[in-house]
Amino acid sequence: MNTATPSATAETSQLIVLHGRKVVGGVSEGEALVTRDRISGWGGIDPRSGSVIETRHELRGVSFAGKVLVFPGAKGSSGWSAMFHMTRLLNSAPAAFLFNEMTTKMALGAVVTHAPAMTDFDRDPLDCIQTGDWVRVDADRGVVEIHRKARP
Amino acid sequence: MRLTDEEKAMYDGHQGPAVQKAMDLLVRYGEALGAERLVETRNVCATITSTTPFQRDFALAKGGMDAVFSEFSLDSQEVVEIPKFKVFTSHLQLGFDPGQPERMGLSEETVRFYEKSERHAASLGAQIMNTCTPYQVGNIPTRGEHCAWMESSAVIYCNSVLGARTNTEGRESCGAAMLTARIPYWGYHLPENRHATHVVELDIEVESVQDWGLLGYFIGEHVQERVPAVHSRRGIGRVPNLPRLKHFGAAASSSGGVELYHVVGVTPEALTLEQALGGQRPVEVLRYGEAERRQTYEKLNTTARSAEIQYVMLGCPHYTIEQIWEAAQLLEGRKVHPDCELWIFTPRAIKSLADRNGYTRIIEEAGGILMTDSCSAMSRAVPKGTRTVALDSAKQAHYLPAILGVQAWFGSTAECIDAACTGRWQGALQ
Repeated sequence: MNTATPSATAETSQLIVLHGRKVVGGVSEGEALVTRDRISGWGGIDPRSGSVIETRHELRGVSFAGKVLVFPGAKGSSGWSAMFHMTRLLNSAPAAFLFNEMTTKMALGAVVTHAPAMTDFDRDPLDCIQTGDWVRVDADRGVVEIHRKARP
Repeated sequence: MRLTDEEKAMYDGHQGPAVQKAMDLLVRYGEALGAERLVETRNVCATITSTTPFQRDFALAKGGMDAVFSEFSLDSQEVVEIPKFKVFTSHLQLGFDPGQPERMGLSEETVRFYEKSERHAASLGAQIMNTCTPYQVGNIPTRGEHCAWMESSAVIYCNSVLGARTNTEGRESCGAAMLTARIPYWGYHLPENRHATHVVELDIEVESVQDWGLLGYFIGEHVQERVPAVHSRRGIGRVPNLPRLKHFGAAASSSGGVELYHVVGVTPEALTLEQALGGQRPVEVLRYGEAERRQTYEKLNTTARSAEIQYVMLGCPHYTIEQIWEAAQLLEGRKVHPDCELWIFTPRAIKSLADRNGYTRIIEEAGGILMTDSCSAMSRAVPKGTRTVALDSAKQAHYLPAILGVQAWFGSTAECIDAACTGRWQGALQ
């Protein structure tokens, strides 16, 4: 999906910085996993593998375990928090959540997952971050550093 | 977040460690939302009991029922002793009907552990209603009452039909609310967030339960998690009753994330369109006519190819006594086809009413069964060999093909009963 451009291949350490609001504090980093589809918890993910199972979802079969998950927000059942809570207990939780739409499902889910989480960004993270970028999330300071991966 | 003196005392541990853990979670959750304060509630609906082998193993490894409540209902990794609940708490539906272990494919061990967890929940003060429709069996909040409810179809009914106030809560925030009588004052608790953002103008009359399900499914897809107001220039026609609005809301919260709607002239915060909108201009005005109705029907039936039906499931959300009465009338003197099964789901309290009224006998004499506490989407249990299912619930038609990979026909209750008795789907949009 990510097409290489001459400038991207030339630069090995392009750095983009986003500012936003802390939802859950902490610092973590990992590879980005980006989707424009909202995510369902109950009936939408398998907490054992940390993957999306919803039919017709663009991440179907892809695991978010250890990844910085970048997505619009939560949808679906009130079991959202319970399912992401399970990912923490089963070591398949995302490294961090970056999202745009605040809902009770999203807030509670992030809180019980204990992963750093941020929202209300100065620029849309869906436009700035690509799957595979290395992302460092410092939710306490409200800063996201995106190291654009050099693409051969 | 600003806390009152009483809340600060709870936060500082003056009411014991479990209440302190509950306040800690509410503060973390409230700050994540950006809430300025908490609000008092005395009405919580949630699932607390343990129906999965994972929770059973967790209890065995970590220290029993208090460990399960601490982790799964309070997000506390420290095991704290759970005191009696401060708040009237209604238990929601389960992952199975404990009265039907064989049909649901349950091990004896799972049922025994569940029963232990149910006794524990009841001893803390939970009302073991075991239904997704607590408003059918005695929990009917009043207009303006602040609640903390889980279960999307219950949340939307509570907000819209009853005019009470709740967000879609989760297991952990409800657990904390039971022990503190508090929930973040955010979202639909605030009057200014309760106005309609979208108007849905009806070009046709909407009358049957099936029609209200179709309309809800159409609206959810279009407005997602916003607030629709259903309006008709000619007036809404026959006032939709409990089963109609129950199916309408469940459909809208399945295809979208609707938590509050208004039906102008019917629901309590929308006596007029102006009142529903609260002086705001709608983001969008949608029209719902014959073409939209047909498109929605076709969308709900996209997974269905085979006319041979192995399973008919009724009761999502849980059937009302009126719906059981109707099903019994449609079934009386008939027999469910030998290659098909008919399962009807209702709250336990309503099943006892159906038993007393003779409806259970009529359903069972026909070869069907009245089940309680759960449904096929929650339990993932369907009769062996089910490939194609017939349903009168748009919500179930949305979830079952995704969860179980079965084909689903959506239609009227009468069409579903005919399918059960003939083993074939012969429905069509009238």
